[in-house]
Amino acid sequence: MDKQVIISVGREFGSGGHVIAKAIADRMGLPYYNHEILNNIAKEMNVDPKTLREFEEKKHSSFFSRTVRGYSNSPEEQIAQLQFDYLRKKAAAGESFVVVGRCAESVLSEYPGLISIFVLADRDAKIARTAACENISEKEAEVMMLTHDKYRKAYHNHYANMKWGDSRLYDMCINSTRLGIDKTTDVVYDYIQRRIAEM
Amino acid sequence: MLAQILAVVIFVFMFAAIVQGKFERHWITLGCGLATILFVFGIGMRSTDAVMETLNLRTIFTSEFWHVTGEATESTSGINWATIIFIAGMMVMVEGMAEAGFFRWLCLRIAKAVNYQTIPIFITFMIMSAVLSMFIDSITVILFLAAVTVELAQLLKFTPVPFILAEIFCANLGGSATMSGDPPNIIIGTALGYSFFDFLGHTGVIAGISLVFTVLFFYFTYRKEIIDSDQEDGDIEYPDPKDAILDKKEFIFSSIIFACAVVMLVTHAQTGLTVASIGVIVAILTIIVAGKKTPDIMKRVDYKTLLFFIGLFVVVGGLEQTGILNMIADVIAKISDGNIYVMVAIILWVSAFASAFVDNIPFAATMVPVIQALAASQGVHIDTLAWTLSMGTDIGGSMTPIGASANVVGTAVAAKHGYPISWKKYCKAAVPATIMVVLISMVTIYLRYL
Repeated sequence: MDKQVIISVGREFGSGGHVIAKAIADRMGLPYYNHEILNNIAKEMNVDPKTLREFEEKKHSSFFSRTVRGYSNSPEEQIAQLQFDYLRKKAAAGESFVVVGRCAESVLSEYPGLISIFVLADRDAKIARTAACENISEKEAEVMMLTHDKYRKAYHNHYANMKWGDSRLYDMCINSTRLGIDKTTDVVYDYIQRRIAEM
Repeated sequence: MLAQILAVVIFVFMFAAIVQGKFERHWITLGCGLATILFVFGIGMRSTDAVMETLNLRTIFTSEFWHVTGEATESTSGINWATIIFIAGMMVMVEGMAEAGFFRWLCLRIAKAVNYQTIPIFITFMIMSAVLSMFIDSITVILFLAAVTVELAQLLKFTPVPFILAEIFCANLGGSATMSGDPPNIIIGTALGYSFFDFLGHTGVIAGISLVFTVLFFYFTYRKEIIDSDQEDGDIEYPDPKDAILDKKEFIFSSIIFACAVVMLVTHAQTGLTVASIGVIVAILTIIVAGKKTPDIMKRVDYKTLLFFIGLFVVVGGLEQTGILNMIADVIAKISDGNIYVMVAIILWVSAFASAFVDNIPFAATMVPVIQALAASQGVHIDTLAWTLSMGTDIGGSMTPIGASANVVGTAVAAKHGYPISWKKYCKAAVPATIMVVLISMVTIYLRYL
């Protein structure tokens, strides 16, 4: 690919956003960054990725954290910054990639090749999908969905200037319930191709 | 009454805003300081004298501010300029030392001296952290110590987290030993007219005893974790301490300036030099040596902390001028019912637990007038209460990751290098260690002074 293309995919929990992002990365032959970001950071730093993952995309508590001379004690904040730096480094190197979450649409907003997508879905559909994927009851799935989305929202809104899921922040917002995951992937892929053609 | 209510509201708002962390804390204290001048002194008290006393600018232009000939002390009311000037001067000196590579050299030199053995590094770094923090701010000590610890950990294949946690604790403990070690001590020392040796002979003794127990505590707590993680395979290229020296001339001069600062601090009771003078002297010497690099050094000076202090002292001045602090002293006197053992226990434990969650600097600044009032009304020797307050505020901050600046910086450096430290991990050792040292302090104060 001649031009740099960075596809950021924000998603509600259970909407299938990461599946869509992975499918697009595979179709376009681009590196896919989700949990891979922390795995790669851990590899570079020669540390255990498990200890980093504990604090990934987690809510930042202002009551339990303090900043001194630009240093924050919050592991959530530190891990978030490590991931942002990783993405900035990749983008600055001219790499094209697909990234899930991590406020990428805001962190990399300066790059002209950024195409930002947000995948949402109907509440019932998200619960049903989570229950099926995780092999848990619908009640448990609902709790899981609400908890994850609460964390993601708080995480995003702490680091980004605009609110998580606000349609004005993204190039395209799409409800995966309407067409299902596969057809939604096709629509998003088609949109990306048209955008690339316009670049 | 209106002035008192306004002073308390502003003070509580300031604390809440600092804890909430939405705005930078120097803006919070400066804003609240301005509100104190306008609303408490202006509308509530209608007193320009209160404003002048709190701004306290006149003291800077007295010879006693720079050179003490008798038993004079800094005015306790309002902005403690001696503390601010001293801290500013030391910041300049420390930045100069960092620029020359002094701290990294020292850490690597000690690691080399113990043949890069993990347990000896663990113990010597704890002691070094405590000793360095006696003279320079614990943030700088931890910033360099933690960075070198991570570097050595990656080289020698051990987990750096126990090391960093122990170093943080010892930095706070070392800071309690001297007047220049921790901001609460500078505030207490300048306000009540203590010398470097006054602190060393009292809080220093407690800190010394506590350090022995602390080293043993951390050794037995983390011994297994360190030994288990130690996977050194013997084929390692060790760093040369000399490589840490970025500029040999600057390194030599900054070492000399540091030695001068230590000598001036140790002898200030004899020479009559105040901490404000010492701060100015070391800053000027650093600037002379730095030459062209001065702008770089000055840029790195943490002016935000200095502004934070200025605003803070004004807000606390509001509480003092309106008599709120006397009321707090009366409450403590009433609860303790004149029993000095209870009084010491209250000041020590309340200071410790408060400092674990809120900044210990505003707490100490608030409590100095309180202990003065208590000493006057209850006939308790002020020294006893001063050492109690010092140990409580200095040590209490070690309890949580947000209790003291060194904790924040140490845990942040660890996380930046891939070793995030959760509250649970931090508190597991820090809480019992803090309680142990506060207990040691209480017993020592009871046995020695009561």
